[in-house]
Amino acid sequence: MAELLNKNEMKIGAVAEGGTMSQLNTGTWRTYCPVTDFEKCIHCMICWICCPDSAIQVKDGKKVGTDMQYCKGCGVCATECPVDCISIVLESDIPEGGQKG
Amino acid sequence: MAHRMALTGNDSAAYALKQINPDVVAAYPITPQTEMMHKFAAYVADGDVDTEFVTVESEHSAMSAVVGASLAGARTCTATSANGLALMWEILYIAASCRCPIVMPLVNRALSGPINIHCDHSDAMGARDSGWLQIFAENCQEAYDDVLQAVRIAEHADVRLPVMVCLDGFILSHTLEALAVIEDEQVQEFIGPFSRPDNLLNTDHAETFGAFALQNYYFEFKKQQQDAMDAALDVVRQVGAEYGELTGRSYGLLDAYRCEDADVVMVGLGSTMGTAKQAADDLREQEGLKCGVLKVRCYRPFPVDELRETLAGVSMVGVMDRALSFGLGGPLYHEVRSARYGQDGPMLNFIYGLGGRDLSLDDTRDAFRALAKAKQDGQTAPAVHYIGVRE
Repeated sequence: MAELLNKNEMKIGAVAEGGTMSQLNTGTWRTYCPVTDFEKCIHCMICWICCPDSAIQVKDGKKVGTDMQYCKGCGVCATECPVDCISIVLESDIPEGGQKG
Repeated sequence: MAHRMALTGNDSAAYALKQINPDVVAAYPITPQTEMMHKFAAYVADGDVDTEFVTVESEHSAMSAVVGASLAGARTCTATSANGLALMWEILYIAASCRCPIVMPLVNRALSGPINIHCDHSDAMGARDSGWLQIFAENCQEAYDDVLQAVRIAEHADVRLPVMVCLDGFILSHTLEALAVIEDEQVQEFIGPFSRPDNLLNTDHAETFGAFALQNYYFEFKKQQQDAMDAALDVVRQVGAEYGELTGRSYGLLDAYRCEDADVVMVGLGSTMGTAKQAADDLREQEGLKCGVLKVRCYRPFPVDELRETLAGVSMVGVMDRALSFGLGGPLYHEVRSARYGQDGPMLNFIYGLGGRDLSLDDTRDAFRALAKAKQDGQTAPAVHYIGVRE
């Protein structure tokens, strides 16, 4: 942890630099974990729109994964998925090296 | 050049807002403020201002909208009364802690219950710890002048805090007064352009607004707010003096009326201080009582040093409160007492006018007489009078 700033060194109004969440791994808050069946995924992007943590990873217009640094396992993606390709499982049940996201 | 207009308190504040021409105003109607935003909406509809006027669904949303707009670099205003202010509560604190220089006329009204629409200061008193500056107007002229000055004070680099301009519901808001207004160009020159050093919409330099701050940083942000309040004392004085150069009407933190040689002084807020000045004149002339009036114009930040200095030689001080801190007494009374710590003399507290109960000139003269009698009797214990309550 860096040395704490003095009040006179801090910007007023609790304005901080952007992107501070990248320094934290809030994915550790997760109990449940989404697992996507990419065979069934139609890349409709509804999960990408709905995800409250903007954790759905997309490349060339296709869903490619979930950023587990930010995913809290809330399950919104699974609920909204029109083809039911996302299942929500207890993260502790996923074996070492198993698919997450 | 200045000219004169006949305006109610609501219209005078609306006219000041028109001349300010804020970027964003979000508001919700509530008696007795409604007319002010009604009038302002007409200015918007007539194209007299460039303001984005947001008709939100509640006061909570009104304050939230102006906080967002303020962070995005807009000069913002809103207005409310009583229960509307109560609904803004959460966001009042956020506006202050995000250091948004929002200007808000508050048309003082009793905060229920029983439900009541008339004047007292229970709404403003509840918000006194929210981090907003609070300036109380004595008449419609002051309401107009205070709204214009509030922009400068709020946006000053040493302050950057929201300002509430308090004016008494109905007594001022719905009372027509002939007052002097300055020209639109003079107002624009006086307030200058608004800019903030950071900006929510600056995508070239993205920053986090309304950040989370825990045990290790929260306290420092709060001390910054206190520092800004301390600095605001000088800024209120400076802006009041500069406004005086422009208009001939100077303002300070306090307005001391005939206090220099006074044996008894009455302290208070708002329109009642006009009545008190008349009562003091009457009693000096007719009964030889040396009465003075000390109006607290700037209630937050509270001008402790100046108040101590003004009251230093006064042996009997009364404080008039149009609000009650239940279980304690009059809030202004207790703050004045605290500010006078170590100074001589007991103090009397007069609680009056709750829910718009009229305070007549006779009542006010009686209050001064009670002070004079307490002084004559050598009273040493503080006392509380509830003016006109049937008990």
